[in-house]
Amino acid sequence: MSTFFLLLILFFGFLITFQIAKASEYVGVLKGEKKNFEQNNKVNGFLMMAFLVLGLIGVYWCNELYRGKILGESASKHGEQIDTMLYITIAITGVVFVATQILLFWFAYKYQYSEKRKAHYFPHDNRLEVIWTVVPAIALTVLVGFGLFYWFRITGEAPQDANVVEVTGKQFGWIFRYPGKDKTFGKKYYQNISDKDNNSLGLIWDDANAHDDVVVNNEMYIEVNKPVKLVINSRDVIHDVGLAYFRQKMDAVPGTPTTMWFVPKFTTEEMKKREGNPDFEYEISCDQMCGRGHFSMRGIVKVVSHDEYVLWLAKQKPNYAAVFPEAAPAAPAAPTADSAKAAIVTPAPAATASVTK
Amino acid sequence: MSNEATLHGHPEVGAAHDAHHDDHGGHHHKETFITKYVFSQDHKMIAKQFLITGMIWAIIGGLMSVLFRLQLGYPDAHFQFLEDLLGSKWAKGGQIQPEFYYALVTMHGTILVFFVLTGGLSGTFANFLIPLQIGARDMASPMLNMLSYWFFLTASIVMMTSLFIETGPASGGWTSYPPLSALGDASEGSKTGMDLWIISMALFVVSSLLGGLNYISTVLNMRTKGMSMTRLPLTIWALFFTAILGVLSFPVLLSGFILLLFDRHGGTSFYLSDIFLATTGKALPNEGGSAILYQHLFWFLGHPEVYIIILPAMGLVSEVMSVNARKPIFGYIAMVGSMFAIAILAFLVWAHHMFVTGLNPFLGSVFVLLTLLIAVPSAIKVFNWLTTLWRGNIKFTPAMLFAIGFVSTFISGGLTGIFLGNSTLDIQLHDTYFVIAHFHIVMGVSGILGMFAGIYHWFPKMYGRYMNNTMAYIHFWITLIGAYLIFWPMHYEGLAGMPRRYLDYSNWISFNQFGGLNRFISTVAMIVFAIQLLFVFNFFYSIFKGRRVMTRNPYDSTTLEWTAPIRPGHGNWPGEIPEVHRWPYDYAKDGRDFIPQTEPLGSNESAH
Repeated sequence: MSTFFLLLILFFGFLITFQIAKASEYVGVLKGEKKNFEQNNKVNGFLMMAFLVLGLIGVYWCNELYRGKILGESASKHGEQIDTMLYITIAITGVVFVATQILLFWFAYKYQYSEKRKAHYFPHDNRLEVIWTVVPAIALTVLVGFGLFYWFRITGEAPQDANVVEVTGKQFGWIFRYPGKDKTFGKKYYQNISDKDNNSLGLIWDDANAHDDVVVNNEMYIEVNKPVKLVINSRDVIHDVGLAYFRQKMDAVPGTPTTMWFVPKFTTEEMKKREGNPDFEYEISCDQMCGRGHFSMRGIVKVVSHDEYVLWLAKQKPNYAAVFPEAAPAAPAAPTADSAKAAIVTPAPAATASVTK
Repeated sequence: MSNEATLHGHPEVGAAHDAHHDDHGGHHHKETFITKYVFSQDHKMIAKQFLITGMIWAIIGGLMSVLFRLQLGYPDAHFQFLEDLLGSKWAKGGQIQPEFYYALVTMHGTILVFFVLTGGLSGTFANFLIPLQIGARDMASPMLNMLSYWFFLTASIVMMTSLFIETGPASGGWTSYPPLSALGDASEGSKTGMDLWIISMALFVVSSLLGGLNYISTVLNMRTKGMSMTRLPLTIWALFFTAILGVLSFPVLLSGFILLLFDRHGGTSFYLSDIFLATTGKALPNEGGSAILYQHLFWFLGHPEVYIIILPAMGLVSEVMSVNARKPIFGYIAMVGSMFAIAILAFLVWAHHMFVTGLNPFLGSVFVLLTLLIAVPSAIKVFNWLTTLWRGNIKFTPAMLFAIGFVSTFISGGLTGIFLGNSTLDIQLHDTYFVIAHFHIVMGVSGILGMFAGIYHWFPKMYGRYMNNTMAYIHFWITLIGAYLIFWPMHYEGLAGMPRRYLDYSNWISFNQFGGLNRFISTVAMIVFAIQLLFVFNFFYSIFKGRRVMTRNPYDSTTLEWTAPIRPGHGNWPGEIPEVHRWPYDYAKDGRDFIPQTEPLGSNESAH
């Protein structure tokens, strides 16, 4: 019913606007075209100025309203560099924005039609044109310089001592793999993937390195103040690991692993206090359209102290042990043991899985 | 080519032209309803067909945005009328379902980018203005021109059909990245809807190529006597560069789509590798493909595409601004040069859409450099527009208001491009609302404001009547203010990392602080949409009932289209095509308000 009323109101609104518009056209004809034009021109000239003033106030007000809601201090060291870059860019573009908008609407207001004024014939001026080619070029050189300086630091090689976690996106959730005690990821092949057989990543059980790999869903633990390198994969379509508080983002592309690394600055507990929100969690958002559940593809990053991290990792049962409880304990096997084990552990659905990538 | 050759020696356009040419004294050639309004080969009628088709698309695309803004503003509300209207599959319990939401955003993007701002904008103004402003009787090939429209309409019909099939239209975003768009099992919209989307886009590419080749050959070959390239109005330069961009980049897009079609139905692995689908519980056999390859092919068009949208708007705005400031456009050669620079650079920056795809960081840095380089010609254009206003004598016609609005939004959206083109910032801002804010302001709003400027300015030439000014003023101010209210605050959502293409943020700790803002934006969006209907009404009402145009040159303009009769027939000028003696921007020269291009130089007058 309310929809109907809304439409009715809309319709009458149109009708009234139309009648006024028609009437003012007739009045215009009666008053004479010239007079009518001059009046309209004055009104619009005034509105230009009003728009400029109210617009700039609005920009300021909007900033006051929302600047407290945009994440606060970066929770990673790379994020600090991104924030610095952001402030440099805002400073330069901010000046240009205010200056050009003022000139635009002020000129429009000031040089509105007047019978007395003659427009100034001014078709070109090489000096001016050189100025506004060179000045923007210099400003942009500065921005490119800073940008690339930070870009190469952020995308450079991760430090040798970084913890490595493998992140795999799927419709619609996240899977994390830790290399275990041997610090080496076991081989995997996507044809081995089977949710039914508890092998969500398609690990190749023939590979002894895979035996101590820990696979967890949805929650990733990482250590505070220690570089962490994420090796990012996807099982189906393109996803994206978005870490807003760390200012990080990287696509998860099926068939083409990508990487990112960063150093978290605050533990989740510290962030709860900083944000004043006892429910705070670092979230992983999927930032690349991936299907119907895209908007709810949420993961959690738990940033913890070194001790807690070690403790947590020790508690996790390797994927192998969960699949083959009888084969535990999954000690790192010597290479010679491989062929012996292969006979036992070849998973049923993929008999041809001896193909390795 | 000389004007004489254009007039008399054109065997390839001969049949239609010469017949008309001879007729023009009397205007007696037979035109049935079908040949005049439907299968017309008159560039002016084809322009109107593009315009009206584009407007219908704009209403549909706009309405879609109202629907998904309803969802974003009120994610928990139940709108019963939605279920009544759309059925329980798409709007169960009055709530927009995820598949439907994604179908809406995908179609909104596709429609507005391709069918409105490419087909509707270039199709209308290239067709309408090129022959009239260069002094030609019609396009180089009126037949191809007509086909261009009919391919466009066929593409439209196919796309429209896809809205009504059971599995819904394509829903993988307007970019349709595979594997999502390649696998029906990954998404409902990637079933038949995606096939129709690809077919429709292929037809659209054909339309665009037919049109583009025609525009280029017309501009190069059919200018009237005296109309050298440097005497072309900036509208023509802009449309010329646009056509070149389209001709060079659309085929690449088509090739990308064909590979996608092979992957979907031919069992090939161009884009597919290492895929396991949980919905079927099976791993696909495809190995060795690269999903990123599609993105390269797509953005090789996709980026020039944004210039295909904005260049015509720039051209229209330059012309409207000069006429209404009663002043020559400042820096004509710099304007042409900067458009040329933009057209070249447009092809060298595509990978800035792909900084976080795992692209080699060094390659990324090259694209940063080239991308930010585009800001230089853009800055030149802005400062030239500002200087055009300086010491002018400005008439605020509705077209002029929209032109000024265009410059304002182009500045605002252009500056945020400097954020996104910088790979360091793009890590944080990629695929967030900052991107939405940026491209809607610089491409969507600016493009449409430029288009409105064009429509209001040339409406009298199109239909021989004026549109209602009061309604136009209301339309302008609410549109401009509304556009800023909608898109400005979105920058803040983006800075908070709020991702695009989510239909509900309430479960996210990081992004649920903007609920009130989303409601505000949705409300404004609906008001702005309603005001566009006022424009549509004004447009159609004025075609039949608007005030009649009584003089040939109502704006005291210098360009050739205003030397043609108020309602020109097919062939545009009765008798000889006027000869051109000067550039198109002699306003306020030597104490005269304006000097038409057709007037010979005075004995002691210096050419521009």
